[in-house]
Amino acid sequence: MKKFINRHPNQYGRWVLGILPFVLLLILYVAASNARLAENPNDPLLPSLMQMGDAIQRMAFEPSKRTGEYLMLQDTLASLQRIGIGVGVSALIGLIFGIANGAIPYIRATLSPLIVGVSLVPPMAILPILFIIFGLEELAKVMLIIVGITPFLIRDLQQRTLEIPEEQIIKMQTLGANTWQIVTRLALPQIMPRLLATTRLALGTAWIFLIAAEAIAATEGLGYRIFLVRRYLSMDVILPYVMWITLLALMIDFLLARISRWRYPWFHASS
Amino acid sequence: MLLKKRTLIPLLLAGAMLPGTALAKDEFSVCWSIYVGWMPWDYGDAEGIVDKWADKYDIEIDVVQINNYIESINQYTSGRFDGCTMTNMDALTIPASGGVDSTALIVGDFSNGNDGVVMKDEDELAEIEGNRVNLVELSVSHYLLARGLETVGLTERDITVVNTSDSDLVSAFASSDVDTVVTWNPLLSSVLEQPNANLVFDSSQIPGEIIDLMVVNTETLEQNPKFGKALTGAWYEIMATMNGSDDPAKEARAHMGDAAGTDREGYESQLANTRMFYEASEAVEFTRSDKLLDTMQRVAEFSFKHGLLGEGAPRPDVIGIETPAGTYGNEQNVNLRFTSEFMQQAADGEL
Repeated sequence: MKKFINRHPNQYGRWVLGILPFVLLLILYVAASNARLAENPNDPLLPSLMQMGDAIQRMAFEPSKRTGEYLMLQDTLASLQRIGIGVGVSALIGLIFGIANGAIPYIRATLSPLIVGVSLVPPMAILPILFIIFGLEELAKVMLIIVGITPFLIRDLQQRTLEIPEEQIIKMQTLGANTWQIVTRLALPQIMPRLLATTRLALGTAWIFLIAAEAIAATEGLGYRIFLVRRYLSMDVILPYVMWITLLALMIDFLLARISRWRYPWFHASS
Repeated sequence: MLLKKRTLIPLLLAGAMLPGTALAKDEFSVCWSIYVGWMPWDYGDAEGIVDKWADKYDIEIDVVQINNYIESINQYTSGRFDGCTMTNMDALTIPASGGVDSTALIVGDFSNGNDGVVMKDEDELAEIEGNRVNLVELSVSHYLLARGLETVGLTERDITVVNTSDSDLVSAFASSDVDTVVTWNPLLSSVLEQPNANLVFDSSQIPGEIIDLMVVNTETLEQNPKFGKALTGAWYEIMATMNGSDDPAKEARAHMGDAAGTDREGYESQLANTRMFYEASEAVEFTRSDKLLDTMQRVAEFSFKHGLLGEGAPRPDVIGIETPAGTYGNEQNVNLRFTSEFMQQAADGEL
């Protein structure tokens, strides 16, 4: 008989096993929800799937009675814009400083200790300072994401740049390349797929900072809505919003992975 | 053993989500959060006054501090606590609209200047038109603002409400983006300390509308009147101790100030903006007045307009609110009750 460690589920088995925990969770939820609702039909804590369906219908497909906007669309666009700008700017800064730090010893000696220090400061602890510098509007929300993830991106890309084989750099120099050419022709193309990979990892943190920023002060956004309706324990709105955020995050992650495979097939072939 | 633990944990998790039962019992727990009108619970807990009264009725009462006000109400609504401190508006919009029949056992005080609208550089509320106003949306601050706007002939359409976390309101006011905030004490006094800050409207202009309560589960109270008696008895003993200028009263206020993160002077300045009902008879009179019924109607209408009674609520009177002076709204669906029964017993010395 084969050892357990050597036995693999077939294609269908993998599907069934993968879905099983989700189904169990769903059953557990529905059972607990039914038990609570049987006792108190207005209980807000664990709404039934139908109540959540109604909430989705109301938030996503009907214009709001008060403002005439489709709230979920409005919230999603506002949040996506913030996270898009925040992560985009962070990635750009991360790319520039990561390569500069990794490739040029004088820049690394000057900036690296600072970036290590800054990356260890929890941004949420210095919020009042961020408010005074960046105000309380859109800029502040984007800046919180940037402050939160850029140091991590720079540190990671600096490390990746340092990992570029020394032989390649020497070879380029023997072919007569100057510093600028080594940076743009050697480091940059090699770092780009790694930037995408690191950005995918940083996205989870970016979402946390986005939700936190929207909880602090906002008039729209996915995090704003969740924290607003939390005031009256409206879990029928919160749970679908959480699932929607998860789905959005998954889609962005998938998109970045596909871009990376499409633009840098050599990277995925080697690793 | 390991296997047992593994099966036990999911079972426990599932069990924790199931509803609690409100049968006759002898152990109770109530929660409170830091606010000027609720600090006496901390003192009563620390000095053993609550325990003493619980012993008298042969029950146990656990007094638990929750650091987040809304979280404490949510915990109560989901059945983790038998009682919790909250304002009249939150009692209506969170537990009562969440189907948890709740009774305001003790009417402790009303805000008489503890909540206010602050503007930078301007000193007239009418100048608020067109501003972005930072406040905790859907809270009593929002209600206060709506009441203030009425007095100058404006509505919420004339301003933009920016939902802002209470823990960040003070530093938000220091930012140049923010020129109007609505908040409560002790945040209010910190905001007012900043240069150019002017108080343009406060709760002393709508006295008796923002009320601080001890709310308990109605079913639990009906099955266990002892629970109500012990809590009420303890409360008025604390009130009697903390009121006055003798040393024990000063010590009590110093304790409360300390627990609230300030000192006796700081706490007393907050008390000055709070109309405490030190005597049970005052609270009884207030609870029985027609004014309370009017206030609750106003609060229900405000809550309905902002969707706080549930998006499916057809009318502001969908939830019945019972007070000694009469009932507002649907009598078939009374979920918030004001009672003077226990406070009256305290006033008569029958506890």
